[in-house]
Amino acid sequence: MTTSTVTYTADEMMAVEAARRLADGDVCFVGIGLPSLAANLARATHAPGCVLIYESGTIGAKPAELPLSIGDGELAETADSVVSVPEMFAYWLQGGHMDVGFLGAAQIDRWGNLNSTVIGDYDSPKVRLPGGGGAPEIATSARKVFVMLRQTPRAFVEKLDFLTSVGDRVEVVVTDLGILEPDPETRELTLTLVHPGVEVDQVREATGWDLRVADELAETKPPTEEELSTLRGLKTKGRG
Amino acid sequence: MAEIVPLAEAVAELVHDGDTVAAEGFTHLIPFAAGHELIRQGRRDLALIRMTPDVIYDQLIGMGCVRKLVFSWGGNPGVGSLHRLREAVEHGWPVPLEIEEHSHAGMATAYAAGAANLPFGVLRGYGHGDLAAHTRVGTVTCPFTGEELAAVPAHRPDVGIIHAQRADREGNVQLWGILGVQKETVLASARSIVTVEEVVDELEPRPGAVVIPGWVVGAVSLVPGGARPSYAADYYDRDNEFYVAWDPISRDRDEFAAWMERHILTA
Repeated sequence: MTTSTVTYTADEMMAVEAARRLADGDVCFVGIGLPSLAANLARATHAPGCVLIYESGTIGAKPAELPLSIGDGELAETADSVVSVPEMFAYWLQGGHMDVGFLGAAQIDRWGNLNSTVIGDYDSPKVRLPGGGGAPEIATSARKVFVMLRQTPRAFVEKLDFLTSVGDRVEVVVTDLGILEPDPETRELTLTLVHPGVEVDQVREATGWDLRVADELAETKPPTEEELSTLRGLKTKGRG
Repeated sequence: MAEIVPLAEAVAELVHDGDTVAAEGFTHLIPFAAGHELIRQGRRDLALIRMTPDVIYDQLIGMGCVRKLVFSWGGNPGVGSLHRLREAVEHGWPVPLEIEEHSHAGMATAYAAGAANLPFGVLRGYGHGDLAAHTRVGTVTCPFTGEELAAVPAHRPDVGIIHAQRADREGNVQLWGILGVQKETVLASARSIVTVEEVVDELEPRPGAVVIPGWVVGAVSLVPGGARPSYAADYYDRDNEFYVAWDPISRDRDEFAAWMERHILTA
């Protein structure tokens, strides 16, 4: 994607837009990849008081280099506290201390329900995915859920092959094409923003159901130079 | 007091064909060397338990050591799928693999219940998803509030295997950094093996460290580097490049077999 001044990738747009939605002081249950990128970008820009919690047991991690795995040493070394995994899930997640939980998935439906378990039948799957991990309880314990997912008809489906986690608490779905938010009354995901240069028809085509579009559809602000340079400064370990 | 014995001896004595084995580690302190010893000794029909089966479980599965996997997230962290695990589930190769799948919270609760000598653990979990219908999860009603909660059967492995930074000569084990479910694994298991980076005369206190007394540990084996390519905090870093390199190696049956032959079986 390009604008008149800066060039950026779809992943960068996703990370930037998710980061902007985190408030200073938010306690975030973070996964690896784009969520980790977004949360660290927020911490490095407008939300320095954002608390990053990784399910490996690190509370208040402040990694200088982005972790490749959820349990990289950098996370423990920079954390305020390191707790055991049973304590993490029982006291901290189930205990109700998470403001925002990030989730990704292989499939999403119009209610924000997610599948990260299998494609095809559970007992004889076409594709066996890694599985839900922390997702089922993140989806029901965090106050708000942010979903980050590339938008394609294979991922945005009419019917999930498997329901890994429920969409009741999904507040936003950040895709490479735009932003979907649940309708305040029906909870159906509605396209509220498109990224610069993206047409509504393109988003409809990338969605496996008849996509609802907000009456006042707006455009995402492209990443600023500061956001981009900060983001690009966050290097992932082992990835050069 | 735990005996300090060579790893090959500990595995030969404590792990049998058909056993339920939990070789735990949460990215940190993964007991790779002990897993490789299971492969070299040709263990078969193992039921493996692990929250986050990663490359070592991929290797055990690909080498045909495993009949059942109990897990909550089976992937190569930050990289993608575990191809040997996928092939066993999708194509029954090299042997069919039964799976029992949980959420992380469910697995953590099941270990804690096992350590506490309870038959099951309780959590507010599995939240209305499809998994409950495909795994061993029940419900219990709170006798005080009437709330319905999820119940998971306790993990009670025959053998728990972990890696730690240090032990003293009495077999007291000390680990620090990301702690995972390692203490629970040892306490929930009938027998246990702990591999360590170092055996020292005295365990100096460390911030955030956990000490597992030698009298609850079966055997301690000195295996410096025993968690590689994962890591041991304050000893060596995670070999992230290896985890990335594992993806193409493990995609192909023959390439996988050749790699295992060269690096594990004849090493």
